[in-house]
Amino acid sequence: MSNLTDKASQATTTSSTITSPETTGLLDRSDVRVSYTNNFGDAIHAFIDRVKSGDLGSLPVVVGLVLIWGIFTAINPLFLSANNLVNLLFDCSTVGVIALGIVCVLLLGEIDLSIGSMSGVGSAMLGVLWANEGWPIALVIGGSLCVGAIIGFSYAFVRTKFGMPSFVSTLAGLLALLGFQLYILGDTGSINLPYDSALVSFGQLMIIPAWLSYCLVLLPGIVVVVMGLRVRHKRQSVNLSAKSVNGIVFKALVLTVVLEAIVAYLNQSRGVPWMFGLFVVLVICMNYALTRTKWGRSMFAVGGNAEAARRAGINVKAIYISAFVTCSTLATLGGILAAARLASASQQAGTGDVNLNAIAAAVIGGTSLFGGRGSAWSALLGIVVIQSIANGLTLLNLSSAHRYMITGAVLAIAVIVDSLARQSRVTHGKA
Amino acid sequence: MSVNYSALPEGAQPILSLRKVSKNFGAVAALTEIDLDVYPGEVVAIVGDNGAGKSTLVKTLAGAHSPTTGQIWFEGKEIVMKGPSDALELGIATVFQDLALCENLDVVANIFLGQEKSPLHLDETEMEVKAWTLLNELAARIPNVRDVVASLSGGQRQTVAIARSLLLNPKIIMLDEPTAALGVAQTAEVLNLIERVKEKGLGVIMISHNMQDVRAVADRVVVLRLGKNNGVFNADASNEVLIGAITGATDNAVSRREKRIAELEEQVEVTV
Repeated sequence: MSNLTDKASQATTTSSTITSPETTGLLDRSDVRVSYTNNFGDAIHAFIDRVKSGDLGSLPVVVGLVLIWGIFTAINPLFLSANNLVNLLFDCSTVGVIALGIVCVLLLGEIDLSIGSMSGVGSAMLGVLWANEGWPIALVIGGSLCVGAIIGFSYAFVRTKFGMPSFVSTLAGLLALLGFQLYILGDTGSINLPYDSALVSFGQLMIIPAWLSYCLVLLPGIVVVVMGLRVRHKRQSVNLSAKSVNGIVFKALVLTVVLEAIVAYLNQSRGVPWMFGLFVVLVICMNYALTRTKWGRSMFAVGGNAEAARRAGINVKAIYISAFVTCSTLATLGGILAAARLASASQQAGTGDVNLNAIAAAVIGGTSLFGGRGSAWSALLGIVVIQSIANGLTLLNLSSAHRYMITGAVLAIAVIVDSLARQSRVTHGKA
Repeated sequence: MSVNYSALPEGAQPILSLRKVSKNFGAVAALTEIDLDVYPGEVVAIVGDNGAGKSTLVKTLAGAHSPTTGQIWFEGKEIVMKGPSDALELGIATVFQDLALCENLDVVANIFLGQEKSPLHLDETEMEVKAWTLLNELAARIPNVRDVVASLSGGQRQTVAIARSLLLNPKIIMLDEPTAALGVAQTAEVLNLIERVKEKGLGVIMISHNMQDVRAVADRVVVLRLGKNNGVFNADASNEVLIGAITGATDNAVSRREKRIAELEEQVEVTV
């Protein structure tokens, strides 16, 4: 035993003598076995290594987008026109909000298959209570969201109380909610929303003024610089490695230039829809909640190892409830936005491919179906891919029959990529 | 069965004392009138066969079970624990056999899991500094605290689990089979770790099946047999004595096997 101790301490001393010429003295840079990225070349190598080990991040999305946009533009140049892209953003916002909710549930390794029906119920309630019964709009939206929250709570309740797999309970919910949607719509089948109302113009017309959109997209860059410098200062003051000022400014500059370019292109047509702005704000809020709060940390912990989370004192049941409630509430909100977009609440709302589009968006964006891995941004990135496919196929005058088949194939590919990445992470000791 | 307490300072008070603690599960008496003392800065090994009551004892001390009868004294006061959080608050930390780490989270997140400060705005820098401080105190060799736990070796994971148990400044830490799943070098690392925790003045309760490990770090060895105290020994007690106490007989499977091998060797010598 003492022999082993001696060897261990010997190993430590030899390794420290090796490094002494280049020891940085930083708290987190004292281990000689690890190579750290110091310059741009290192960063690229580190990125390639990460991808090889199955930590794909947003790479599949970028590759997918380039492929899809390339193909569709080659077939129909109208696809990349500013006008079409503005429409694309309108369409993204509705399903995107639903996808944002499903991210929460997927993070726990659960699933909600009823999000489509839930959004259908949201739009039906809007149509019946607001357009037909004339209730105040705020009350109707608030009430619908409460119904969504209650449905989500009931999924979490049967999951935590009876151990009913969410796959089954939400499949039952899919049918029950679809029935409820048809029931409250009654014989009319389809209700038109008042065309001159604020809600419908929000869903179809309202655009962020050009000057404001240029100013707003400056914010991310400013936040990157301010927060980056603050964190850098704080880390330096406690003797931790910090990012270089150049790196922070470079990142902020690239971000700003890219965003300004996108906005400038969109402003050639109508511009950036307010509804898309709302979606982005929701994504940013969710991203903050998932990465910077105790709740978010607990979500990842429960998704990774629920028993460990329980023993660490996390209220696992409350986490399940919060995830399912968030998911169903956002699905309802997505349904309301979809109704505003279409200016109608119909029996078809939320049916068909809405369910799978939302789930596929989250998965393509990089949220794992197996739990414990993902981000709010995956909803935004994924839905742009999914909606690009739908939009491109519509431009090609393909019927919904073809659209369903192709979207189904894309979802299958996304899940295969997710599974392969997971296997690769396991073999590289990262999952 | 004389136990050497001379290593302890004069008039030292035990941090944790159990007096006549019993735990029944229905008709089964899992623990019967257990006495146990743990002093600051000492490692107490609890050994025993399968079903001896080791795990029940750990769970009782971790607050997961409440004893049916008997008293638990902590720092001179009698205590009643209603749940695991009570034990944590008192300063009894437990490292479970399966470690209970989240493999998808990094080392910092695992160390602070459930104990994050400022829940609405996590202070990553502060947590990272504290994580490094804890790990350095244990002279642990974790390459990067921002790596996910999945990429760590078994020994490194054990280190993270022990560092996590030290976060709340416990008075006692309990380790359930800390070396069961580890290789030779990693076992040595964990034993070093236990010695460092001991040097910090904490009481350590270690449960192990491995006599070699027990002998390497323990100051005292408490033997449980069928839920009862079956002797307290110094770490230098002979193997036969310890195994005799564990199995409850001088004539046991281990001694019979040794005898048979000895006889075989004799025969070989005779034939040669």
